[in-house]
Order: sequence, then C-alpha cells, then structure tokens
Amino acid sequence: MSTTRTTVRTHWVALRALLVLTAVLGLAYPLVITLAGQVALPAQANGSLVRDTDGDVIGSTLIGQSFTDADGAPLPEWFQSRPSAAGDGYDAGASSGSNLGPENADLVAAIAERKAQVAESDGVDEADVPADAVTASGSGLDPHISPDYARVQVDRVAEARGLPVADVLALVEEHVAPRDLGFLGEPTVNVLELNLALATLDGAGVGD
Amino acid sequence: MDVLFAVVQAATLALILALLYRPLGDYLARVYSTDRDWKVERGLYRLIGVDPRTEQSWPAYLRGVLAFSAVGVLLVYVLQRAQTVLPYSLGLPPVPEGLSFNTAVSFVTNTNWQSYSPELTMGYTVQLAGLAVQNFVSAAVGIAVTIALVRGFARRGSGTIGNFWVDLFRGSFRLLLPLSVIGAIVLVVGGVIQNFNGFTEVTTLAGGTQHLPGGPVASQEVVKLLGTNGGGFFNVNSAHPFENPTAWTSLFQNVLMLAIPFALPRTFGTMVGSNRQGTAILAVMATLFVVSLTALTALEASGSGTAPELAGGAMEGKEQRFGIFASTLFGSTSTLTSTGAVNSMHDSYTALGGMLPMLNMMLGEVAPGGVGSGLYGMLVLAVIAVFIAGLLVGRTPEYLGKRIGPREIKLASLYILVTPVLVLAGTALSFAIPGVREDVESTSIWNPGVHGMSEVLYAFTSASNNNGSAFAGLTANTPWFNTALGVAMLLGRFIPIVLVLALAGSLAAQDKVPATAGTLPTHRPQFVGLLVGVTVLVTALTYFPVLTLGPLAEGLS
Repeated sequence: MSTTRTTVRTHWVALRALLVLTAVLGLAYPLVITLAGQVALPAQANGSLVRDTDGDVIGSTLIGQSFTDADGAPLPEWFQSRPSAAGDGYDAGASSGSNLGPENADLVAAIAERKAQVAESDGVDEADVPADAVTASGSGLDPHISPDYARVQVDRVAEARGLPVADVLALVEEHVAPRDLGFLGEPTVNVLELNLALATLDGAGVGD
Repeated sequence: MDVLFAVVQAATLALILALLYRPLGDYLARVYSTDRDWKVERGLYRLIGVDPRTEQSWPAYLRGVLAFSAVGVLLVYVLQRAQTVLPYSLGLPPVPEGLSFNTAVSFVTNTNWQSYSPELTMGYTVQLAGLAVQNFVSAAVGIAVTIALVRGFARRGSGTIGNFWVDLFRGSFRLLLPLSVIGAIVLVVGGVIQNFNGFTEVTTLAGGTQHLPGGPVASQEVVKLLGTNGGGFFNVNSAHPFENPTAWTSLFQNVLMLAIPFALPRTFGTMVGSNRQGTAILAVMATLFVVSLTALTALEASGSGTAPELAGGAMEGKEQRFGIFASTLFGSTSTLTSTGAVNSMHDSYTALGGMLPMLNMMLGEVAPGGVGSGLYGMLVLAVIAVFIAGLLVGRTPEYLGKRIGPREIKLASLYILVTPVLVLAGTALSFAIPGVREDVESTSIWNPGVHGMSEVLYAFTSASNNNGSAFAGLTANTPWFNTALGVAMLLGRFIPIVLVLALAGSLAAQDKVPATAGTLPTHRPQFVGLLVGVTVLVTALTYFPVLTLGPLAEGLS
C-alpha cells in the first residue's frame, strides 16, 4: 500500500536526519566548545578551582563548603555558610534545595532553631539575624552569604582565633562584593575566599 | 529592599530585547523565506534523501514532524537504556524503563520535565547525544510549525505550507547553532564549566571531603535556554553555581530565553507583509509579561507566610547572589516562555507567589511563550479574539485577510481545550484512583496539606504545557507520574501541533478577502486590549476553581 510505503519512507528520512543532526549538534558542537574553553578559558572551564598555599585544590570559588566538625556542629573559628539541603550539607554531588513550602511546619521549626542558634553563638538579638543565615539556598551549594551575616559573625570568629575584632571586620569589608554592574542581584561575601584570607591573617594555616 | 534595582534590571532586559527585535526577527524571516540553500545543506539533504525545493501539503508536513519526533523518542530512550556501554557514563547504571520513557518524551516535546536528579542519573554521552540534541531540534520543530502557520496567513490559494526538513535544518544550523556557539563562550567567561573531568574529590578548607562535578555544561546550558527547553545539567538547574555563577550570567540567561520568542512577532509581521501586525502581537505579549513579573516580584518581596515572616524574608530556596529580584525575573521568564528552568525553588515561594508561575503556564505560555509554540499559541488566541469581536458586531470574522469560518474556529477551539483537559484530568485522576491516590500521598507529595495538592497541580500544568518547571519537592519518579506526565507531555505537544498545521493548511488554501470598512483592524490598541482580555479570560474561567483548592487556599487562609 502506498500509505505504508510513505510512512516507512518518512521514518527512514527522519532517522537519517536525526543522525546527521546528532553528529553535528551532539558531538562536533560540544567538542568545539570544550576545546575553545580549555584553550582560551581553562580556569573557568575547569570549575574556578582554588588552591591552598601548598598548591592542593581545596575547592571551587563557585561552590560553597561546610565549616563544621564531623558531627555537623559549626566550627566557631570559621565564617559559616548558609544552611544547605544538598545531601548532609554542601554535598556537591547532590545539589538540592529544601523545597519546603512557606507554611511547612518542619521549615518553620528549622528556621526558629537556626535563628536561636546563630543568636546564641554570635551574641546578637534574634531580630538581627539576617534571612540568608536561617534559610537554605536553592542549590544547597551557595558560595555566598550576605554582608550582614558576615558582619554578625565577626566577634565570634575574632574571639575564637584570638584576633583583634577590627582586623577581622576589615577583612570582611574587603571581601564584600557589590551587586553585579551595580544593580544586578545582591551584595555578597564569598565564604571560602573570606576564610582562606582569614587563615593567612593569623598564620594558622589551612585546616587548623 | 530597593525597588529601583528591580526596575533597572527589567529595563535593561527590555532594552536588550528591543535592540534584538528587528535584526533577529528579520533574520528569522529571511532564514525561512529564502530559496538559497548552503552548499553543505544541499549535501546533507542528499544524504537524508530530501529534495529541498519540494513543498509539502499540511498532512505531509505533519507526517515529517511526527516521524522525526517518534524517532527522537526512540533514540533518547535507547541511549539511556544502553548507558553502561557508552563512553563517559561516569559508571552510572542504565536508566530504568519508566524513567527513560518519561525523559525521552520530555526532551522530544521541548518540555524537559526531569523526574530524576541528573548528576546521579545521566552520563555525559546521554546528556550530549541524547538530551542536548533534542534541546536543539525540539526547538527547531517548534519554530518550523509556527513558521508553517505564518505561511498559512501569508499565502493565497496555496496547497502547501513549506518543507519540514528544510525548516528543521535551517532552524538548527542557521539560527540555534551559531547563537549557541556565541552564548556558550559568554557563559564560560562567566564561570560555567565545560570539561569532561567527571567528579573531582577535594579536601575542603575545614578538612571535609567534597566531590566537585565536571561536565560539558556551557554547551548544553546555552541551548537549554535559547530553545526554551529548561532541562538542567544539574539537579537544581540554573540555581547551580556551575550553570549560573553570577547575577550577570543570570540576566544573560533571561536574554537567551526571551530573544527568539520576542523576535518571532517581527518575523510574523514581516512574512505577512505588515509589521504593524507583528507589533500588535508583541504588545500583547509584553503587557502580560510586565504584569506577571510585577505581581510575582511584589509577592516575593512582601514575603508573607509563616516561614518567610519568621526568617525575615522569602530567601528559602533562593541564592544570595540573585536575591529576590533576579530570582523572580528568572522565574517569570522561565514560566512565561516554555523553558521551565529555575534559578530558585518555586516550591518554597510564598503561597501566592508560587501560584504565579503556575498561572503563567496556564495562560498557555503565550507571553511570549516557547520558541515557536508561543507565537502559534498566541495566533490561535488571536483567531478566537477576532471571532468574538465578529460576534459582537455581527460581521464575518477575518484575520489578515483570511476568513475565520467554521473549520478554522473549530480547530482553534479544540486547541485551547487540549491543555486544560490534560491538566485537570491528570490532577483529578491522581487523587481519584484509589491505589494511585495512596501512592501519590505517601510517596510523591513532599509538603503536607493544600501545598501538596499544589505540587500535583503544578506538575500536570507544567507537563501538559510542555514547560518542565516543578514544585520540585514532588517525587515524580514513580510509575504513575512517569507514565501520566509522559502521556500529558505527548498529547500536550502533538495534538496542538496537528491542529495548528491543519489550521495552516486551511488558511493557506484560502484567497485573501479585501479589507473593507467593516473589517476589524487588528493592529490597533483596541485589538491588543481585546486579545489580552481573551487570553486572561480563557485561563481564568478554566483554572480559577482548581486554584482555589491549592495556592489560593494556602495564601488566603
């Protein structure tokens, strides 16, 4: 029958078209972009990696990290990142938000608990704890905190490290990045970069 | 918070799109109108056995669309099932049958709904040869169908509406590929990764371990947005710092999503020989966009609800570098087009804020909508608007010199019924079938109460409209959702395409009716207002009842 023949022929054309398109768009195109990226912009193409003073890779400036002990308790001598819903926290292999809704009782309880915890450890009023300090980010890998949250943590970090408060505060202000182009997004502080600078400030070195 | 930042951000985006409108729209019109094939294209046409100068009737054009999509589903399915034998699979197991079906359908229908977490499921070869290819070609199919409809309006007494294979190749090679190359480089400059490194284990500053992912992300990211696809390389999509590292890359991603859908009205105007007609359609799209963006931004900035009020702002699920404004802009853009990418988690939006992305999709994604699908959706609504105006004044309705007769109005009416039926039936069945209901409530729903019902409604709205965004708390990798959403995506994509191509065929066959004193002018503000009204009215009447059961109940209680 001619309709059967037409149908078969059309699918045969479709298959060949798809294979041609796959060769160009699925193989050649990404390989060309990879080559261009690796040659012209290797730092970005490979994940904006950060090295310590020994030259070992310790992370990426774009991916947030936990500054907690093995049990997940915050280490007072490091600036803390935002709460994270990626795995057990900042699991870069399992990016995720909490996806909890605005009336979810678990979320409300978690926010109340985080608020109390930050207020206690940093010695501030609960009303002065910024929103980003008590909410999990969309990715669970947010490398940034707000400048306010960084400032809230200054006293605690200075005390834990035996450093003058003024020095730590100056370091924070150095690390405040304004909005992109002056009007896009929000001002940020990159926690990993701040903590790296902190480690060199007191000469205590990495990982103490 | 300073509202000024939100206004300047939106104004910057509007300016960029305004600058692109003419050159990109006219370029598109030339791409799809010229008789000249590139030499390399001629070679490829010979290779696939197609004569590029042969024009097709609408059924032949449709057969091409359906055959190409069927083969596409099959290839993506097979690639996933055969993952273990493919190179660069990162040691991942084969994707299970149900999930493979859902994902194959999802990417071929330009939906990019993801029931899975990509970094734990898909190796690089599946991402590149399966998913990224469909990101290109499903977008090219959408534009091809809309161009066929525009030809229907432009031609007189013609039995044909173009050649699908030529439209497909030109959309892929002359439009999407060059723009993707430029866009991918820009994204890498911003920090988006592009490598084949797999996972790198590092010891963190505080002495923990972290596995940093690699991947050819930039090349896929750009076409995910440019083709209004939305399927992320990573689970959290454009919230992931390796997909969207800065606030400026986020603005750039908005441009990528909106460039083609907002330029297509110009293409339409040029091809039907009256740019004023294109401007009128643009005005309708832009009006709806601005209203929706303003509403969502205001709702999120106000931060109402128990959790946001306690936290001191609606920052749950949002990245610090984006804040509220860059998050709501992205959320609006992504759901008003058919992209469905996210740079913040919609599930955690305020109750009424979370309703906005849903409403955007329920509008039928026409402001400006997906690449291609947005314009054909809007032109169908224009046909309805002309018909209603004709009824009001008692004249035979015409649009662009074409009579809107019983056949045309039947096709248009069926078109606007398809997605609401799928959305409402799918949601209702999820709670009406006893065994399914149990599974949905115990396994799939993440948030208790009415918010859980919103998650299911959101899922069917997203799938049926081929958007792909989610209230991502929903566990959709279950037999029910993989199947039901898969079917919703298929029907929500291809029934409208059948109707649009039939409409194109019937319009192309007509001669032009000369305009008279009684013809309704369709380029004036009056018609723009009418079309905005029709779009909103159709949506409101269809969905208001079900919204009162979900987000309205949550937000107003």
